Amino acid sequence: MKIGYFTERPYRWVPEDEVFKNHAFFAVSNKFFDREKAADDYNYYLDEACYAEEVGFDVVALNEHHGNPFCMGGVMNVEASILARLTKKVKIVLIGNPLPVLKHPLRMAEELAEIDLISRGRLVTGWVRGAGSEQFFNNANPAYNREYFNEAHDFIIKAWTKPGPWRYEGKHFHYRHVNPWALPYQKPHPPIWIPGVLSPETVKWCAEHRYPYIGLGTALGPSCDLWDLYADEAAKQGYQAGSENFGYLIPTFVAETEEKAQELGKGFVYGGGQNAFSRPEFTLPPGYNSKGAVKMLARQPGGSWLGVSPDKLRQAQTDEEEDMRDYNEVRRKLAGSFQKAQRNFQVICGTPKTVLPKIKMLLQILRPGIFIFFNVQGPVSNQDRMTSMRLLAEEVNPAVREYAQELDLPDPYEKEPGIVKAYSGARRLPVVDRTPLDSLNLSF
Amino acid sequence: MANWTETTANIAGTTLTIVRGGSGKPLLMLHDELGFPGWVKWNDELAKEHELIIPLQPGYGKTPRVDWIRSYRDLGGFYAMMLREMNLAPIDVVAFSAGGYIAAEMAASDPNIFRHMALVAPMGLKPTEGEILDIFPLTIRTCIRRTVADPSTPEFGTIYGGEMTPEQFEAFEDARAEAARLGWEPYMHNPSLGYLLGNAKNLPTLLVWGDKDAVVPKGCIDAYKKALPNAKTVVVPNVGHRPEIENSAEFLKAMNEFLAS
Repeated sequence: MKIGYFTERPYRWVPEDEVFKNHAFFAVSNKFFDREKAADDYNYYLDEACYAEEVGFDVVALNEHHGNPFCMGGVMNVEASILARLTKKVKIVLIGNPLPVLKHPLRMAEELAEIDLISRGRLVTGWVRGAGSEQFFNNANPAYNREYFNEAHDFIIKAWTKPGPWRYEGKHFHYRHVNPWALPYQKPHPPIWIPGVLSPETVKWCAEHRYPYIGLGTALGPSCDLWDLYADEAAKQGYQAGSENFGYLIPTFVAETEEKAQELGKGFVYGGGQNAFSRPEFTLPPGYNSKGAVKMLARQPGGSWLGVSPDKLRQAQTDEEEDMRDYNEVRRKLAGSFQKAQRNFQVICGTPKTVLPKIKMLLQILRPGIFIFFNVQGPVSNQDRMTSMRLLAEEVNPAVREYAQELDLPDPYEKEPGIVKAYSGARRLPVVDRTPLDSLNLSF
Repeated sequence: MANWTETTANIAGTTLTIVRGGSGKPLLMLHDELGFPGWVKWNDELAKEHELIIPLQPGYGKTPRVDWIRSYRDLGGFYAMMLREMNLAPIDVVAFSAGGYIAAEMAASDPNIFRHMALVAPMGLKPTEGEILDIFPLTIRTCIRRTVADPSTPEFGTIYGGEMTPEQFEAFEDARAEAARLGWEPYMHNPSLGYLLGNAKNLPTLLVWGDKDAVVPKGCIDAYKKALPNAKTVVVPNVGHRPEIENSAEFLKAMNEFLAS
């Protein structure tokens, strides 16, 4: 098993009321950006990643978001480049570069090759489609998102593996002279792990390409369903999926006492947490979702076209609703949702002693070969963040490794994803263990 | 209610759905970026003296998406092909919002394809002042409500009142997705269109605009007037982006006078 460390690198100084007022992190005005504090934090988060290596994590994972205080990693490859030089052992895992919104796959191939070379082959590169809000931020046509993603991915692999120079005339990308001088250190190219939030299309695509799929704190029941979907698709491709094909990332915060962990762990719901990443109109840009996903969305309770019943239509004169909420009440509700998230195993919080059984439960159910801890959001001090990391590394990770050994959960370095052949006619082996879900009331 | 039917025609290998109704001189109607809202009262009125021919845009549910259509200019070329194959050119046209963009592209490419061109709150040109409302980062509710100045307009309730069905939601998402494919960038305009409209300077053109339009600013009308100095303009007071339903009488009067000229 590979144990990883991840943080969104939150901008910790955005006033929570501004996030509430805006109903989301995305689109809070950058007039609240403090250059000095951000300079401190960018440097601190690099130190934190180095600390993760020092205390023994196998992986430092980075991600990228745009125009959003939820995550300061606006240009993840910059941080990855610095870490390639500063660190010595950890795998630098990018989950992932949003190919459709960056719109320049040749440049991406060059940047990643440099990072892999500087790190002497420690890069793991992942791709994402980019959040809905990022299509707007980067003016990337969301209706072509999936096409951009597929074409950019195929192009990058070709740019790394087909000797140049050659010419490329695709549907969305065009290059006269493809001959990147710097090629990745790893042959034929760095490993590719794909993070996701349960899009069936992405899961199937990963299985087709034999890329490990990493569930980003996804609900346990649906995660099991999609692990099965992956394994079924893998069987069609002629291989048996196993833990080397799966990863899981889970928000986790650990402190010396339960009280402190519970108090600071609330940072995960600061401003509304992940659910307040962006408002619905930014989350669902036109054409971003597949027809199948739109069909599912359409059947959720949505109400009327105009948000009013026909009778009330005549009275409806404005479309702007005044925000009359009491923000302290909002905070109280969020604290409630934090408790619920813990009951549902979507956030893990406590002392090393109390978090370990929960982590073991996740390992038993999902059987991932890659397990990544996501450090707390919100205004939590550097010291408390590092204490959580240290406690995990010293008091939790050894037991996690031992349990992974017991469950036989090899990672993609120990067992190449897709190497185990599936024999036609034989039933594929299970990839999840759903037995505990019923007793935890988490089968949904 | 006039007699209208849904027909199909094979155009460039695509089965195009076309709503046809009324009798008289053929009148091509190009619907807006949100899709054909259905046959309502003003259609009946106009159909008394005209045969309305309303192609349902590819990608908008009833007509399959055409992969090679990637701009409003491409779409204009596709509709020009339709008119020629159906022996309908030259024809009168009334076109709404993004439909106006399509009609303008067609006229710029071949001004002889139309006899009269009526553009209602047309997109397609960069406004001389102001901005075309960006409909893409809006929820369905906000997007639709912005199209009228007065949401109590009866026809607005007829079209959009009541519970939205899953099928309507899907149709709306289809519409937004296709509008994004064609008009995402530059947003709902083509920088060369204003220059090429010089080809159509002698085409009788009517510009209709509501002075409370929150979608297409007056700057778009001014840009069209600059490109087509002979165009006639009718400003309908106190209405938004849909003068045809918010003040049908005024709209029909302007249309009938113009089409009879």
